[in-house]
Amino acid sequence: MRALLLLLVALAARAAEPDLRRSGRDTMSSALRTLQADDAQHPAQLALALGRELWGQGGKSCASCHGEPEKLRGAATRYPAWLNGEGGGIVDLPGRIQRCRVRHQQQPAWAPEAEPLLALTALVAQQSRGLPLAPPRSPELDAAARQGQQLYTTRLGALNLSCAQCHDERAGLRLGGSLIPQGHVDDYPVYRLEWQSLGSLQRRLRGCLSGVRAQVPAWDSAELLAFEAYLARRSAGMPMQPPGVRP
Amino acid sequence: MKRREFIVSAAVFAALPEAQAEEAAMRDAIRTWAGRDPEAGTLKIDIAELVENGNAVPVRVTASEPVVGLALFTPLNPEPGVIQVSLGAAAAKPEFSTRMRLARSQRIVAVARAADGRCWQTGVDVIVTLAACVEP
Amino acid sequence: MATRAVISLPATPKAGEAFEVRATVAHAMETGYRSSDEGARLPRDLVRRFECRLDGELVFAADIFAAISANPYVSFWMRASQSGELRFSWRGDNGFEHFETRTISVT
Repeated sequence: MRALLLLLVALAARAAEPDLRRSGRDTMSSALRTLQADDAQHPAQLALALGRELWGQGGKSCASCHGEPEKLRGAATRYPAWLNGEGGGIVDLPGRIQRCRVRHQQQPAWAPEAEPLLALTALVAQQSRGLPLAPPRSPELDAAARQGQQLYTTRLGALNLSCAQCHDERAGLRLGGSLIPQGHVDDYPVYRLEWQSLGSLQRRLRGCLSGVRAQVPAWDSAELLAFEAYLARRSAGMPMQPPGVRP
Repeated sequence: MKRREFIVSAAVFAALPEAQAEEAAMRDAIRTWAGRDPEAGTLKIDIAELVENGNAVPVRVTASEPVVGLALFTPLNPEPGVIQVSLGAAAAKPEFSTRMRLARSQRIVAVARAADGRCWQTGVDVIVTLAACVEP
Repeated sequence: MATRAVISLPATPKAGEAFEVRATVAHAMETGYRSSDEGARLPRDLVRRFECRLDGELVFAADIFAAISANPYVSFWMRASQSGELRFSWRGDNGFEHFETRTISVT
C-alpha cells in the first residue's frame, strides 16, 4: 500500500493513473464537512474577520503593498518556499508573513501560533481555495523534501512509530475510535476541534510527534520545515480548501 | 443526521447507582427550568449519531408547534445544563441551533415549554469518540 | 485583542418572511475543568446570556452554560414586518459584555 501510494504521488501528473489520494475532508463525518463548507457556520469565521481587519491596519498595512487580499490568489499554493538573500531559507506561509511583518512593517515577530498570525495565515490561504497545491522546486527544497521523506518513513519516539505506518499503510483503519486519515496538507491552517482553535501544520506535526513520545522539534526548525517540504509534495495537485475543520 | 431513541439502553443504564445520581441531577435541572416534570413528547433533535470530537458538536432542536422555551440537558457532562432558550413573538420557528460540548457518549435530552405551561421532552443517544493521541 | 463577533443575516428580508440569524462571539468559554501545563486549574470564565432584540423587543434569548463550545454559536429564525434595528448582546463572567447592532431594511 505504501509503495503504491508513493508511486501514485510521483506519477500524479499522468492522467492515466488513478489518484488514490483522499483529503481528510472526504473521510470526516458529514456534520464536520458541513461546518467546513458553510462559511456562515465555519468555526474560523472569527479568525478570518480578524485577518481582514489586520490586513488594512497600520501605517504600512498589508494592503498598502498587496492591495486587496484577493490579489494573493494562488500565493498559498506555493509553500514551503525558498527565499534568497540575507535571513533567507525555507519558509512556510506563516513564516513568510512573519518575515513581511519584521522586514517590511518593522514590527516585532509574533510568537508561534499567535492569534493575529493565524488570522492572517487563514485569510491568505483562503484566497487560494479550490486551487491545487503547487509547491515550488529548488535544490534546497529538494534536499529538504528528501530529508522530510526520510523522517516520514523512520520509526520515531518511544512508541516507535513512523508517519508512514499510520498514514500510508493504515489510512482508512481506526486508531482507538478515530479514523486514520491519509494526512494530506490541503486545508491548512485548520480549526481543529481538539484544539478549540485554528492551528498551523507545524502545530499538528508537533502534536503527532508528541503523540508518539518523540522529542518535539522547535518551531520553525529544519526538521519541521523538511516535513512540510515533503508533505506539500506528497499532496501536490490536490485542491486546497483552507481554512479547514478537523476533529 | 438522524434522530434515534434507545429506550432499552436508557432503562438498563438507569439501574446503575452512579447513573441514577447523575440522572437525578439532570431531572432536577429540567424541573427547575420547566417548572414541572415534562411528559414524553415529540421534539426533533438533529445531531450526529457518531461524533469524532466532543468539543464542538452541532445540534439543532425543533418543536412541531409554537413554544416559548426550548432547552438542552445532558446526564453525563460535569453539569446537566447546556442551553436554555426563550423565544419571543418575532421568533418565526420553534427552533434553534448551537454547538455543544459532549464529555462522553450519553443520551442528551431536549425539553420544550409552551405558552400554556405544557412541557414535554425527548432524548437521543450520541456516541462520542475522542482523539486517540493526547496532545500538549 | 478586541472582542469580536460575526453575525450573518439577510440585509433586506421580505416583510413577514422567516429568515435565519446566525451569531458567534469570540470567547474561550473556559469550563473551569481544564488545567494549564503547570497543573494549575484554569478558572471558569463563560458567556452566560445572549439576547437579540428588535427595536428593544426580545426576539430570542439564551442562557448559556459551560457545555456550549468555545466561540459560542447560536442560530434562530425570526420575521419582521417593518425595518428596524436588531441589537445583539452577550454578557458573561468577569464583566464580559459585547454588543452588535444590525439594521434590517424590510422590502
